[in-house]
Amino acid sequence: MKSFKQHTGLVAPIDRANVDTDMIIPKQFLKSIKRSGFGPNLFDELRYLDEGHPDQDNSQRPLNMDFSLNQPRFKGASILLARENFGCGSSREHAPWALDDYGFRAIIAPSFADIFYNNCFKNGLLPIVLSKDIVDSLFLALAENEGYELLIDLEQQCIVLPDGTSLSFEIDAFYKQCLLEGLDEIGLTLQDKESISAFEQQWRKDSPWLFDVL
Amino acid sequence: MAGKTLYDKLWDSHLVKQREDGSALLYIDRHLLHEVTSPQAFEGLRLAGRKPWRIDANLATADHNVPTTTSERAGGIAAISDSVARIQVQTLDDNCEAFGISEYKMNDAGQGIVHVIGPEQGATLPGMTVVCGDSHTATHGALGALAHGIGTSEVEHVLASQCLVAKKMKNMLVRVDGELGIGVTAKDVVLAVIARLGTAGGTGYAIEFGGDVFRTMSMEGRMTVCNMAIEAGARVGMVAVDDITLDYVKGRKFAPTGELWERAVANWQTLHSDDNAVFDAVIELRGEDIQPQVSWGTSPEMVLPVSALVPDPEQMDDPVKREGATRALSYMGLKAGQPLTDIKLDRVFIGSCTNSRIEDLRAAAAVARGRKVAANVKQVLIVPGSQAVKAQAEAEQLDQIFIDAGMEWREPGCSMCLAMNADKLGAGEHCASTSNRNFEGRQGNGGRTHLVGPAMAAAAAVTGHFVDVRELMSNETA
Repeated sequence: MKSFKQHTGLVAPIDRANVDTDMIIPKQFLKSIKRSGFGPNLFDELRYLDEGHPDQDNSQRPLNMDFSLNQPRFKGASILLARENFGCGSSREHAPWALDDYGFRAIIAPSFADIFYNNCFKNGLLPIVLSKDIVDSLFLALAENEGYELLIDLEQQCIVLPDGTSLSFEIDAFYKQCLLEGLDEIGLTLQDKESISAFEQQWRKDSPWLFDVL
Repeated sequence: MAGKTLYDKLWDSHLVKQREDGSALLYIDRHLLHEVTSPQAFEGLRLAGRKPWRIDANLATADHNVPTTTSERAGGIAAISDSVARIQVQTLDDNCEAFGISEYKMNDAGQGIVHVIGPEQGATLPGMTVVCGDSHTATHGALGALAHGIGTSEVEHVLASQCLVAKKMKNMLVRVDGELGIGVTAKDVVLAVIARLGTAGGTGYAIEFGGDVFRTMSMEGRMTVCNMAIEAGARVGMVAVDDITLDYVKGRKFAPTGELWERAVANWQTLHSDDNAVFDAVIELRGEDIQPQVSWGTSPEMVLPVSALVPDPEQMDDPVKREGATRALSYMGLKAGQPLTDIKLDRVFIGSCTNSRIEDLRAAAAVARGRKVAANVKQVLIVPGSQAVKAQAEAEQLDQIFIDAGMEWREPGCSMCLAMNADKLGAGEHCASTSNRNFEGRQGNGGRTHLVGPAMAAAAAVTGHFVDVRELMSNETA
């Protein structure tokens, strides 16, 4: 997994609460058996005026110019500013894959849905929870300032605003370490394979009906 | 000392290692796989040169994008007309074969929606930890199991290590005491709970459903309730083990027998929250207060009793709710103050991991019997949750009731719940659906989903608009 230490990038808004994973990447694109290539269909139903299909030439499709990501000022954005309960709905990891493939490195919101939040960390994407008031103020600042950029420092757990103000954020110690070092989580777990085997051996004795039936 | 909740017990019994950073390794007993969220996980295993840790913990089936028409199904995988879906279904078969994983293939007798076949086959049991790359995995919590959805990276992680890196959630009790009125179902209960909690109210919690209403509810009903825990933000929903659970599990294909059954039962009988257990949050509703529900908006929390009027966003104090409701009414093509019973339906979908079990089909058939689909309804899809449910329904001749009413009797799969196959809504079409999500575009680009229970869906199909199903029932008794 790619690491995340420090990132400076342009911010783009998605100004609605409860953005669900169907909205992030509609179901017709889930039939792919790959992890990459979802970026052009990120927010497909909001972004384009026609109905999207897999294997389409997306550059030929009519754009919804009211949608933030289609506006020239947000071109190349790598930090997404969002509202409450971002990523609710399904467990599809295609949602963080699409955000990553588009070029986002971090998402800032007052709250995230659990499974989506978890999935982000597996893909080098940093979800940052800030208070609703702070997120409101960021939306205002973003609306007023073209080319609005933020610096995110994971090591220091802070976001530096253009005026130099620093906002701190909380993050789980395990996830932080994984992101900073770009750790292979499976490899990390398998370092405990003796503990897993020992547990399994005892568990098999205690609950034999759970084994060897399928 | 405070007692333990059901969730505490299940967590503790599966804890391999508590790490200093607060994360933990949790042992996984059962891993369910399907075609959509597994291919990248198998690919990851291959690239890293890893093997599954414990083959017999895994069970796979094809459900999300299999076709549901009998003609298209009959030709097997080669006949799946959508080439991208065909590759995905074939890839699951290939991966299961290559890694030696048990699979119910598309046309096998055990095939069905993954959350229907797990309990049905006894492949998911009380006291297990169950995961699947699907957010509706909480369904299996109805058995007194700790079950939740995971992403594809975690699918790979569980395949490789039989463990999940997890953090303990908080405990929430949703207590519904009293009795449900006639015609009020498990779906209405869970929709009413979601209306109360909100779509994110359960975030970070494991929910246990307790109280009189759940104690007397069938296993099918409990599955419907636990299935939708995620629509309130909670990854986990659970119901304590009781005699109803044990009666359901006994005799299932993969359930223990003989002496092992006795041992298992002794263990399972401890799977309830202690009397002095402390919950971090408690939500209480009364069964008598719950009416048949209909969702009017684009989030499962936007739901009201069928007798209600479409709400007026201007009357909402919370600006986030107001904006959400305004957007929802515009998307749904509804006006504030309009009775829900005035909403005309274009299509009706009865199926999904929420409501496609035999009890659901019986409830829908009871309403459809001797009636005809209303003229304005273009299509009514009845999609059984599994091959076994389909066979049972046909043995009871429920299929004939549906066909006589002008409805379509289909092959098992996820179908129009998420519209990955050809079963979907056209733009602007209203659908009474027994599924779990009414998000924008969920059932087809521009489609308008209204979540209801199976009897309410059947009632909408035969009248052409929403109606309190109890009105049709009272006609029958009169």
